[in-house]
Amino acid sequence: MLKRTAKLVAATALAASLTFSLAACAKGGATSTQAATPGGTQTLSLWTHNAGNKGELAAIQSVVDEYNASQTNYKVEVQAFPQDSYNQSVVAAAAAKKLPCILDIDQPNVANWAWAGYLAPIEGMDDILSKYLPSTVAKWNGTTYAYGYYDVALTWVTTKSILKKYGARVPTVDQPWTGEEFMALLKKIKDSGDFKYAADMATGWTGEWWPYGYSPQLQAFGGDLINRSDYKTADGVLNGDKAIAWANWFASMAKDGYMPKKSSADPAADFYNGKSALLWNGSWTALPAREKFGDDVVFAPPVDFGNGGAVGGGSWTWGYSTGCASKEGALDYLKFASADKYVAKVAKDTNNIPTTDAAAAMVPGFEPGGTSDVFRQISKKYTVMRPETPGYPFIATTFTKAAQDILAGADPKTTLDQAVKDIDDNQKANNYFQ
Amino acid sequence: MSNVLAAETAAAPAAQTLSRGGSHKRNKRSTSVALAMLAPAAVLMVVFLIIPIFLTFGLAFTNARLISPVPARFIGFDNFVRLFGNDTFWRSLLNTVVFTIVIVPVQSGLALGLALLVNAKIRGTNFFRTVYFLPVVTSIVVVSMLWLFMYQPDGLINALLAKIGITGPDWLGDPNTALFAIIVLSIWQAVGFHMVIWLSGLQTIPGELYEAASIDGAGTWQQFVHVTWPGLRQTSIFILITITIAAFSLFSQVNIMTQGGPLNSTSTLVYMAVHSGFEQQQTGYAAAISLVFFALVLAVSLVQRYLTRDKESSR
Repeated sequence: MLKRTAKLVAATALAASLTFSLAACAKGGATSTQAATPGGTQTLSLWTHNAGNKGELAAIQSVVDEYNASQTNYKVEVQAFPQDSYNQSVVAAAAAKKLPCILDIDQPNVANWAWAGYLAPIEGMDDILSKYLPSTVAKWNGTTYAYGYYDVALTWVTTKSILKKYGARVPTVDQPWTGEEFMALLKKIKDSGDFKYAADMATGWTGEWWPYGYSPQLQAFGGDLINRSDYKTADGVLNGDKAIAWANWFASMAKDGYMPKKSSADPAADFYNGKSALLWNGSWTALPAREKFGDDVVFAPPVDFGNGGAVGGGSWTWGYSTGCASKEGALDYLKFASADKYVAKVAKDTNNIPTTDAAAAMVPGFEPGGTSDVFRQISKKYTVMRPETPGYPFIATTFTKAAQDILAGADPKTTLDQAVKDIDDNQKANNYFQ
Repeated sequence: MSNVLAAETAAAPAAQTLSRGGSHKRNKRSTSVALAMLAPAAVLMVVFLIIPIFLTFGLAFTNARLISPVPARFIGFDNFVRLFGNDTFWRSLLNTVVFTIVIVPVQSGLALGLALLVNAKIRGTNFFRTVYFLPVVTSIVVVSMLWLFMYQPDGLINALLAKIGITGPDWLGDPNTALFAIIVLSIWQAVGFHMVIWLSGLQTIPGELYEAASIDGAGTWQQFVHVTWPGLRQTSIFILITITIAAFSLFSQVNIMTQGGPLNSTSTLVYMAVHSGFEQQQTGYAAAISLVFFALVLAVSLVQRYLTRDKESSR
């Protein structure tokens, strides 16, 4: 009898403790992330998406190490997450009120997270940030919420010998190809039959690449993702005549055989191997392309389809959360870490465009006239930010689906009208994120 | 709170039976121990299954969002009105149904065929059993990635077709072939599992029945119809239900290979729910999709249960 009772009690206790511990998990406070040690040093947690990216993680770690060594009030602790699950981790942490103190944010998410109350405004850094490329300073409603060390630029990668062979001029940042020039070049290449495809726009990639890579082309035609005067509607900009001209061009690129409807997983490799003559890609291809083609390589600015060219802007940026126990500590770190030498270090280790002129002078290739300086110039001249509205994640996925459908042969007008309706409904359902 | 309650209710009958004596004592006691043993699993079921289902019921009628400073508000049937007016939803429903209608008979039939083959008394059957079972133990993500490469316009499949003079289509890029391509890969991946289940069913049929049948002059086909198939009735019910439910919840292959495209030709209800709920942050809307999906699976399961019950009682 006793034995059975004991068994029962044990099992019940086990079950009960399980439920209580689960409840405890959910209700845990924000206190555990920041703890003051007896010596008066306050620990600030720092989250980054860099777990799978050795170069960038090491660079960030060295900035943190120098900061920790430079003073005794605060100790910053780095916690790295894999990029694929990083956003989910932050959202989950916010739901559990356990946001880290300092964190990095993908620039297009900044408005969404600021609106949701995850991010706190950065104060007292206006002087420093005025020297940053505007695309690396993430703002929403006129308030700065994050800054980034680097940006990435989009470019048409090709070679001088290809351009010479097919009678096209080498475009410069000030004089990009016009739409007619570009299509004439593609037609010549296609008619020659020398390449499997005249161009490759990496249509095999998924996710954020679609709005990042193709909405600038929409903007070059004169369309946009949403009307930026008040961010209330996409009507007229995403389904106007100019947007439909873009959609027809985009669909015809695949239909007329200028580019693959679905590129392979590694379009850069296809380009290096001579399967395509021009590659629409980010400045991250600069190093391997230069290794392969040397001085023959050309990084052309975006094509001007009538409204000037455009490239996407904004990459990973740093800010601090509303859950941070020490706002002063977070701002202190962000100020310390914004120095030119750290910008140079992180940009160099990630092969990206340094955000300040002073840092660019320190990174080989990015000095004025250097081999990679062209990306800084493209970035300065052509960047159009992805719409800085909390509705961006919805706009991005809606645009992605519309663009994919158009490429697959859907009617441009109907598809874009539907996308506009969905985007407008979503902005309205959220009371325009007021 | 409700999970704590569940633990108490699970423990309560146990406490009552302990104080009781009498002739049913032993039975009652083992019942209570069983209940106590059940408690941890029951708690997990309640926390991770029952409560989420009820939350879904609630969320489906609100405008809840994944990320928002504004609290969720009750909006009645708005989500459902929007959902039923959405072409993508009807296409996803159709795709889900088509996928299930094709998968259930084809996959179970193929699995039975394979099971009969590897059940033959010849050398090397273990080798073939292992080969057919290999895709099952491989992660569906890996399988999808591999087939993604094979299905490319200049991939392995089209290269093989070219050898016999056929120009293969762009399997995943053409709305007419994309769902078919996913069906083929899904069958290839899962058929081994159901083969093993059929095999276990086949091996429970006594050999004497076949001996008796052959003495009576029954041929191979007659043996299959009158001995094998009746002996597999229980197995077939199990296979029918598991394949149906697995087919309805098609998601990973679509997510990795086509993201619902081209032109919604591979979108499914589960894919649509995940896409709306996480990428587009519309928790309430996604809950409404899940609720419709739940109702669909429940209805189909009830029908299947009714049909299979009917057979049992008529025997």
